[in-house]
Amino acid sequence: MDTIDSNSPSDFVWPCEDTSQVPFRVYTDEDLYALEQKRIFQGSVWNFLCLDCEIPKPGDYKTTYAGDTPIIVVRDENGAVNAMVNRCAHKGSLVCYKPRGNVKELTCVYHNWVYDLQGGLKAVAFRRGVGGKGGLSEEFDDRNHGLRTLRVEVFRGLIFGTFSEKTEPVSDYLGMELVAAVDRVLIKPLKVLGYYSQIFKNNWKLYVENNKDSYHASLLHVFHNTFGVVRPTMGGGIKISDSGWHHLSYTERTDISDKEIGKEKVRSKQDTYRLEDAALMEHKPELGDKVTNNIQTVFPTLVIQQILNCLAVRQLIPRGVHESELIWTILGFEDDDAEMTQHRIATNNLVGPAGFISMEDGAVGAWVQRAAKSDGEALTVMPMGGRAIEPSQGSRVTEAAVRGFWKGWRECMGI
Amino acid sequence: MSYTTPDLEYQISLKIRVDALNADYIHAIDDDRLEEWPNFFTSDGEYSVSTRENYDLDLPICLIQCKGTGMFRDRISALRQANIFEPHTYCHTISALQITGDSDGVLKTKANFSIIRTMSEGEMMIFAAGRYLDKIVETDGKLLFSERRVILESRRIDTLLVIPI
Repeated sequence: MDTIDSNSPSDFVWPCEDTSQVPFRVYTDEDLYALEQKRIFQGSVWNFLCLDCEIPKPGDYKTTYAGDTPIIVVRDENGAVNAMVNRCAHKGSLVCYKPRGNVKELTCVYHNWVYDLQGGLKAVAFRRGVGGKGGLSEEFDDRNHGLRTLRVEVFRGLIFGTFSEKTEPVSDYLGMELVAAVDRVLIKPLKVLGYYSQIFKNNWKLYVENNKDSYHASLLHVFHNTFGVVRPTMGGGIKISDSGWHHLSYTERTDISDKEIGKEKVRSKQDTYRLEDAALMEHKPELGDKVTNNIQTVFPTLVIQQILNCLAVRQLIPRGVHESELIWTILGFEDDDAEMTQHRIATNNLVGPAGFISMEDGAVGAWVQRAAKSDGEALTVMPMGGRAIEPSQGSRVTEAAVRGFWKGWRECMGI
Repeated sequence: MSYTTPDLEYQISLKIRVDALNADYIHAIDDDRLEEWPNFFTSDGEYSVSTRENYDLDLPICLIQCKGTGMFRDRISALRQANIFEPHTYCHTISALQITGDSDGVLKTKANFSIIRTMSEGEMMIFAAGRYLDKIVETDGKLLFSERRVILESRRIDTLLVIPI
């Protein structure tokens, strides 16, 4: 095993043969964080930006992030969705400083530079100066001073953006099997039921790993086990894209699983815990199968969630090396009636920062962060399910998808 | 009862009673007498926590929604028995009580709150601030919430939300 003794990321050497071990330094190193912004988020990945249904009309915009880069997503006069870095080409001020709105053009209020909805520079205040003095020289070419744009693809109502000209279409990026998984959940036009976010006192990658780690779900989250949303003995499995970058963990309710529960050795207090009012655990099958828990990740930072009838997308935003913010957008289908909306609100008690089965995810990452920072050279160990990055049918007791994430991280980072 | 009556003495006494209800409520939480929390609501009472963003956009989702005593008790039993979190306490401050309506035996009130959260290692932060939008009824001479909507100023929750607000 190599020792990491340099502060320079260019000297950073991956200390293991494969991705079944990870040095703690990747969670705490400022230089690696800066490099991730360049090589991952501003590199060849598809960043999830927002939903198509959040900007339905021409001129509608929403501000968002790709990594920690502020982004504007806007629908133009022709109905096309465009995305650009939310930074004026003049002095670098935010162009849109409100979270959402409807505009005819994008105006930076600092010096009144105006951009069209494709990001091109349209007008500069006092271009000709005042009284023949000041203003821009003849050489100034507007075409060289637009907003930095991203390539955009709207895929099944999800808006993705990339800084790379080379990235393959989203369907190829995900692979056939994981495209089918998106299609399974996003079957109809969506509507947003609400938003909230959660601040993690940990590096963004610890939350990504948490999502890909199907091994922890029935152990850390008591409710999963007790109420049969996820138990190790339930049907389902893990799917991993050929690239290793993306994954799907799913669980099916089966008759056998209820009988098997008694055989599992889990924290003892779980066995006696019961809800007085279990209405929120009711599953109204609406997607044509018995899958109760479906967590899909899209590299690097998107999660598509179906837990019973609670549908959501979660977008993770790095907020410095030691902190991250998870934005939950809770969804319903456009044709939901009032009863279904109320059912989704009730089910939503399970997820989010106050969710019965998910609140612990806010805490565990911070515990790793606090414990890991004193010893960057020490290594995690992720041996569950061997060392390979391969799918698993019938069992979620594997860390294969986490190993797949680190494969993607290393490929993007060139490390 | 009618708050719109010009009877000043009545208005003052009502405000004192609602103030006392709010004080009892926040002290029960801050003193970790959480098993008493469901008792501040009617048996079919409703409690929800949402954000100013959702409220302003008229979006229905809540971080927490309890309807009926069973769901209130479940929140507390889960906190005691099932959920895993680092020990912490709240110190609520409540202010600017306003009585906004008084008809058909239902009192509508509004108040601001803030919560300073203290972790077991001593770290303190402003965990939340916002508004209580309440409906209060009188049952057997006692004021109870038939509805308490918590509207958080910020969309952000630091780490997790397990102790009720």
